[in-house]
Amino acid sequence: SPRRCSSLGRVRVEKILIANRGEIACRVMRTAKRMGLQSVAVYSDADRHAMHVAMADEAYHIGPAASQQSYLSMEKVIDVARKCGAQAIHPGYGFLSENTEFAELCKQEGIIFIGPPSSAIRDMGIKSTSKHIMSAAGVPIIEGYHGEDQSDERLLSEAARIGYPVMIKAVRGGGGKGMRIARTEADFRDQLESARREARKSFNDDVMLVEKFVENPRHVEVQVFGDQQGDAVYLFERDCSVQRRHQKIIEEAPGPGISPEVRRKLGEAAVRAAKAVSYVGAGTVEFIMDSQHNFYFMEMNTRLQVEHPVTEMITGTDLVEWQLRVAAGEALPLKQEEIALRGHSFEARIYAEDPDNDFLPGAGPLLHLSTPRADALTRIETGVRQGDEVSVHYDPMIAKLVVWGEDRSAALKKLRYCLRQYNVSSVDRALEHTCTLVGSQVFHVCKCGNAFTDSTPEVTGWIDGKPKICGESSQDTACCSCFALSTLIIQKCLIPGFVIPVADPHSPFASSSGNRVNILHTRNLTLLQGESKVEIAVTYNPDRTYSMEIGGQVFQVSGDVIREEDASYLRCSVNGVVSRPKLVFLGDTVHLFSMEGSAQVSAPVAKFLAGVGGSVVQAGAVAPMTGTIEKVLVKVGDRVRVGDPLVVMLAMKMEHTIRAPKEGVIKRVFFKEGATANRQAALVELEEDKEQEAGSEE
Amino acid sequence: LLRCTGRVTAAFTRLYHGDKVATLGSQPDTNSPLFQENYERMQALVMELKERAEKIKFGGGEKARTLHTSRGKLLPRERIDRLLDPGSPFLELSQFAGYQLYGKEEVPAGGIITGIGRVSGFLCIYIARDAKEQVKIYYKLKEKEYISIRQLKDCFYILLMFPVDSGGANLPRQADVFPDRDHFGRIFYNQARLSSKGIAQIAVVMGSCTAGGAYVPAMADESIIVRKQGTIFLGGPPLVKAATGEEVSAEELGGADLHCRKSGVTDHYALDDNHALHLARKAVRSLNYRKKIEVTVEPPEDPLYSSDELYGIVGDNLKRTFDIREVIARIVDGSKFDEFKAFYGDTLVTGFSRIFGYPVGIIGNNGVLFSESAKKGTHFIELCCQRNIPLIFLQNITGFMVGREYEAGGIAKDGAKMVTAVACANVPKITVIIGGSYGAGNYGMCGRAYSPRFLYMWPNARISVMGGEQAATVLATITKDQKAREGKQFSAEEEAALKEPIIRRFEEEGSPYYSSARLWDDGIIDPADTRLVLGLSLSAAFNAPTERTTFGVFRM
Repeated sequence: SPRRCSSLGRVRVEKILIANRGEIACRVMRTAKRMGLQSVAVYSDADRHAMHVAMADEAYHIGPAASQQSYLSMEKVIDVARKCGAQAIHPGYGFLSENTEFAELCKQEGIIFIGPPSSAIRDMGIKSTSKHIMSAAGVPIIEGYHGEDQSDERLLSEAARIGYPVMIKAVRGGGGKGMRIARTEADFRDQLESARREARKSFNDDVMLVEKFVENPRHVEVQVFGDQQGDAVYLFERDCSVQRRHQKIIEEAPGPGISPEVRRKLGEAAVRAAKAVSYVGAGTVEFIMDSQHNFYFMEMNTRLQVEHPVTEMITGTDLVEWQLRVAAGEALPLKQEEIALRGHSFEARIYAEDPDNDFLPGAGPLLHLSTPRADALTRIETGVRQGDEVSVHYDPMIAKLVVWGEDRSAALKKLRYCLRQYNVSSVDRALEHTCTLVGSQVFHVCKCGNAFTDSTPEVTGWIDGKPKICGESSQDTACCSCFALSTLIIQKCLIPGFVIPVADPHSPFASSSGNRVNILHTRNLTLLQGESKVEIAVTYNPDRTYSMEIGGQVFQVSGDVIREEDASYLRCSVNGVVSRPKLVFLGDTVHLFSMEGSAQVSAPVAKFLAGVGGSVVQAGAVAPMTGTIEKVLVKVGDRVRVGDPLVVMLAMKMEHTIRAPKEGVIKRVFFKEGATANRQAALVELEEDKEQEAGSEE
Repeated sequence: LLRCTGRVTAAFTRLYHGDKVATLGSQPDTNSPLFQENYERMQALVMELKERAEKIKFGGGEKARTLHTSRGKLLPRERIDRLLDPGSPFLELSQFAGYQLYGKEEVPAGGIITGIGRVSGFLCIYIARDAKEQVKIYYKLKEKEYISIRQLKDCFYILLMFPVDSGGANLPRQADVFPDRDHFGRIFYNQARLSSKGIAQIAVVMGSCTAGGAYVPAMADESIIVRKQGTIFLGGPPLVKAATGEEVSAEELGGADLHCRKSGVTDHYALDDNHALHLARKAVRSLNYRKKIEVTVEPPEDPLYSSDELYGIVGDNLKRTFDIREVIARIVDGSKFDEFKAFYGDTLVTGFSRIFGYPVGIIGNNGVLFSESAKKGTHFIELCCQRNIPLIFLQNITGFMVGREYEAGGIAKDGAKMVTAVACANVPKITVIIGGSYGAGNYGMCGRAYSPRFLYMWPNARISVMGGEQAATVLATITKDQKAREGKQFSAEEEAALKEPIIRRFEEEGSPYYSSARLWDDGIIDPADTRLVLGLSLSAAFNAPTERTTFGVFRM
């Protein structure tokens, strides 16, 4: 090919296509721009207005929202590359990043695939193969079945041989998809079927492997980098400190509690592994480590990992720049001895999920988004802006926050501080949850990493169901008074008569002083905090303060809203304690973000505004989020009992079974298989019982 | 050369004396025994006022309130709160109507809450029957409703009526309420006439509207009715049974379903009180009414002095004099006052100022009225009418000067000039009685009979044809003369015995509560609230365009 020179020479790359979306596409473009490379974006219908499209120098539409027909369509991506004259394609992570066919296709087209050679992807992507290679290289591997006999019986007998619990994993899987744990023989088949279904959907391949599932294992992953000249280096290890549902939440580098000696051994083993497959570009070698710091090869990820920034922060490198330079035929920018480890870095991933709703992905518009200020020690890796829509079609991870500190505790402090300033409406509870984790004492003293998984109560549930700002009961009510105050202020701004300057701009009637003749105005406010109603009697004092009575306690409250830059803050004083939380008002909900945590309340929607007849379908028989109907398990006339599965939905690449909230007969089914149901949409109608109907009349 | 940037111009304006306005008032010696005594006594009066008002606010007692709320109804004052723009002020009028008027039976606020407030950005007059009171239909209470509506003649308000539980005429007392011109029927007459002037009327039926009461919602522009709560019928179930023997429930006879689905008497169907108020707010929004202000408005400034100093300056002893300028200084914007004819007729202080940015002409008493003061007042009223500036009367008047010299000087015709001017002035007039209000002085200073838009009293104020002491002395003198003609003795004891009940009676009948109970004023106010109340009243008065003034004959 005229564009590609021999392995000795270097290639001129002036334009790269980024075959990805979201934060990674933006991340790659930033480096490309800095290096003076033109960047080309591709986008689906759902991403027409996405940030990565806006950031790119050129952008091409490649099809409908579903990723199979857009971001996963090799032909379309190659077609765009040809059309725009890009010399290289950066696949990011996920999508086509570890697809050998695509790497081959690029080679055929004479376009540089920014990643390892397809052979390396293939060798490492099929986990059984990768283990054979490593085995040959003398690295210990853990017990498992990686055979070609995929019959249920064989897998079952292998599982019995290994001993429960076992992990069922898609051979081509990754990122927690197509991965299930079977704890007993009884649930093996269910889990197997579920894993296969998900794998088919995600990778179009349902070959499974079974291996021993080690609870609370410690994974350590080593960043490696190879060049076309056959050289390879390691950039130290990373540790995933917190996982949930096999999704990483918080990562750090270097791994805590690892001695320089073990670190060197790990790195050297990883470099050996990379060289064994003639690895080129960025890769990650994963090891499982026991408490004695013996490590075993797990797998190699042949892509730039989501968490690569923590490595960049402790080594002062730009791995995307390395990727581009190595792909262009340059030698590695640094030799192993030139790579120094400095300080400690953390990354927190921000998912559009609802911790109050079992961490179900919450798609929808991001009505409010504000971030801490980015600087050399604080990186905001985001693919969304305020007002953007989080699409149901893609991964719910929307952004990452990366910080650096001199040591672990300094970095952790900074992470917590910055997380508090990261305010995203509709994601705030997830952020809150992450924050609680980061702040927890256990996490601070934990030196061994990986301690936080689904088995840790802090991860799966709320400590007490409430963020800290409303932790104790007295604070709880104090918090309510802040809300009441913000409600008063907001109402003042919302009533059009207060805003639109009529012909009478200074009329004292336009004030919100609550003045009455000779008496004090007392106003009863009702706010909703979660499901519970809070009654507040607000008395307007002549000095413009308020006395708020909540549950028998009286608070002296005053304050106002101040605007700084793009944010509004509620400057409030409750019984003499002054605070300054950030205030966000969306729809009927008031959000307050402070260093102590975030909280929200809403005004109850009056019955007469809620619409008549909206309550026929009981909560629970509705879609928990926007998604596609995968399977309808009932038909009209079926009698169901509480807990019977009704519908299986696929949303955010995860399966969710919607179960019957009450006993009854199915009256209507609102969706067909393959249809898209919006969040809160009624899925089925159960025959109403008479009492219920009579009740709703009241 | 200096470039004229905005800042520089502003600086020059400040240096330019032409625009400077003299400020009024002085810092009182708050430690003086006089100030402190005045302060304490006025404060006691204000405390009494507020205690009495709070009692009215929670009127009806705990039991009645619980009964009311347990039916899912909102309390009348809560209805106001939910109806008004949240947190906006409510200028309640005639708070003390019917106060101690019916012996032991207490009727808080006369059983009707009236006032002016802002709904969806528009000023509305609010008339609501306090349903929790087991109110019989008193004549006076009807009159209150009537008076409230009468005020609309001058102010282009939107009228929101809450004819709750208006049970129709009280049959045993029908003679008190039915036949006369200003009785029951006049309400509907007024409703029709007001509507013909384009004054919007919205009725919210939250209780039963029987007989004549049925016309209130039926004559309104739009009517809202609450289901299972509001009923409207000309004849209630007892009357129907008496007339035809038909047995029918109130709901079937005139409930929300009947009137919204069949009869069309009401237009909007509300699920509950809150819904009804929501609908009322929406109805107001759809009126497409815009307030037009025909005067210049400037940004308001707070007075330079604290308003509670009024307590110490004025006090409760009407015999003590004070400078009215100190009162003005604590009411008007920035304590700025452009005095008119400062050295002429100085027992009457006149001048231009602003309250909440609105221009006002202030007329205040600084002693008894002489011919010069009356002529000065007349001149000033003419100026304000010519310039369309509202008039504020700060009344503290013992009357016009009497005596041979003054009668010879023609004080009668000079007083007549001022009375003519006040009577004919069509600009909004607002009167505050801050001290005594006696005799013809009350006329010249725009008493109730001279139709001020609003008339307020401070709790220390007294109103009567003359002071109690003075009246007693006059009567004692007449009796003494009569006895002398009859050759009888009139002992000092006899004189004291004669005077004592007269003084007591004048004292009682001259009290602001006595006046307020009978609707002779629009309310008793805390002196410290005067500025705010005047601001609200002015804003309300500007709701309607001002008619031009044509004066009558001034006798020269």
